[in-house]
Amino acid sequence: MIGERITRLRRHPAALWIGVALVAVTLLVLPFALAAIGTTWVRIMNLAILFALLSLGLNIVVGYAGLLDLGYIAFYGVGAYTYALLASPQFGIHLPFWAILPIGALVACLFGVLLGAPTLKLRGDYLAIVTLGFGEIVRIFFNNLSQPINITNGPQGISLIDPFRIGGFSFNQSGSVAGLEFSGPIKYYYLLLLVLLAVVVINLRLQDSRIGRAWQAIREDEVAAGAMGINTTHVKLLAFAMGASFGGIAGGIFSAIQGFISPESFGLVESIMVLSMVVLGGMGNIWGVILGALLLSFVPEILRHTVEPLQRMLFGKLIIEPEVIRMLLFGLALMLMMLFRPAGLWPSKVRKRELAE
Amino acid sequence: MTTLLEARNIGKRFGGLDALTNVTLGIERGEIYGLIGPNGAGKTTFFNVLTGFYPADGGAFLFDGAPLKVTAAHAVAAAGIARTFQNIRLFGNMTALENVMVGRHVRTHAGVLGAVLRTRRARAEERAIHTHAHRLLEYVGIASRQHELAHNLPYGDQRRLEIARALATEPKLLALDEPAAGMNATETATLKLLLERIRGDGTTILLIEHDVKLVMGLCDRVAVLDYGKKIAEGAPAAVQRDPVVIDAYLGGALA
Repeated sequence: MIGERITRLRRHPAALWIGVALVAVTLLVLPFALAAIGTTWVRIMNLAILFALLSLGLNIVVGYAGLLDLGYIAFYGVGAYTYALLASPQFGIHLPFWAILPIGALVACLFGVLLGAPTLKLRGDYLAIVTLGFGEIVRIFFNNLSQPINITNGPQGISLIDPFRIGGFSFNQSGSVAGLEFSGPIKYYYLLLLVLLAVVVINLRLQDSRIGRAWQAIREDEVAAGAMGINTTHVKLLAFAMGASFGGIAGGIFSAIQGFISPESFGLVESIMVLSMVVLGGMGNIWGVILGALLLSFVPEILRHTVEPLQRMLFGKLIIEPEVIRMLLFGLALMLMMLFRPAGLWPSKVRKRELAE
Repeated sequence: MTTLLEARNIGKRFGGLDALTNVTLGIERGEIYGLIGPNGAGKTTFFNVLTGFYPADGGAFLFDGAPLKVTAAHAVAAAGIARTFQNIRLFGNMTALENVMVGRHVRTHAGVLGAVLRTRRARAEERAIHTHAHRLLEYVGIASRQHELAHNLPYGDQRRLEIARALATEPKLLALDEPAAGMNATETATLKLLLERIRGDGTTILLIEHDVKLVMGLCDRVAVLDYGKKIAEGAPAAVQRDPVVIDAYLGGALA
């Protein structure tokens, strides 16, 4: 879809470059516009980008390789805890972030293989159940690893986590460059944007590669893929490992931005949330997945900020809690999606074909 | 001629059923070897054991002068045996060209790093995969449909696409499981020409087929399986006259 559009645009290079420039300028100006409404919105944007990173990671596993993973948030958690343990007073270790993020990605990757290896023969519902269990096990470990040796500090979580710092430049403090005031969240925003860009490029390039085709082949017909010489074990593990590393990196950044993490952030609901983003946006299509992540991150926040004042203004009191409305809308959205856009808001070509059968 | 594939005393049982009992056969380089027999004789089981879909309970394969390690399907493909399926198994939602490109997987090397960094090597390989796949589609005669989805192709073209995909793995032995099933007379005739051309270009073919006319006209030698045992082997004309075969396969009515 976007591919065709881009090919069409390539014939008009000027139009393409104007489009790219417009998007780039919008993205660069966006945090200042959001900051004008309130710094909270920049933070919400940052979380939305983090979720987009997660969704893109999960998209490799679910969208490309077709392996349903309901415990994906565990890798986010592993990345977050890796960062927290190596850059906080918990153990008194304070490594720089550029050293920890790769470690976090690697540890998450190991966990990905740990989950992938025993589940290779499982498909569909069975795989979903095992991955769901895996997610819960990891969360429960975070919760209970305060004894006998205190590693994770249990349910209290880990606080005072170091922010990203390069020399004297710290990401959590305001600073001004050329008369422009850059607050902490705005600095993180630009960093996240860079990471997102990198992950998008990686995803796009993988999609049209030998590996991407192998993933698609095992999703279509694993038996035939094996007979064509694809080592299905290897390729599936690779999908798990790649997806997990992206989750690990996102987790590390999350740790640094929040400065505090606890097992609560890595529960089943979060896993389902990320999966919903992938499914809502359009499995297998990078742009759809990002759209899904942004929508599901922003809509609840907008509701939170509008529903209560609106009701107080109309009725003078709060009749329906924002949380209830959020769930009602979720249900409604789910039904409408099933009816009108079963392949997602912005589906990949291939998925659309599959669901149209 | 030298032997390309030698099967020695292959056995396979499913519970109490002996699907294959001591099947021994040898396929010469460059020949078209037919494997025939009534329904349930064990032909497809033989294919599945050979191509690593299930482990044999006994016996061994010798392929291209070395023992064939039938541990996994992909290892067999890497060794140089490619197969097609009785009930076509294409990657339905991928285009014809993409299907054949997947077949190149086993002979190419680009990994995650190559793909992500788009190294010169990876790009060159990708171009080569594309060209090779396209050439194979031309070879089997469906290049004009390269961008159509596999499951939208007419039946005969799907069969051809499956052969092209198998050829993409550069097999020494091409194993075809009933390639003419469901084809009309014209399609079967063009298939016969294609198979002869493939053999002419140096690929040995192992063929399971029910179409007796095709087998008799195409194969250099055939083996007949009945209840998991090889009951005859030889030139088609000789096998056709073998009373044991007539009795088992062609039915008593013809005797």
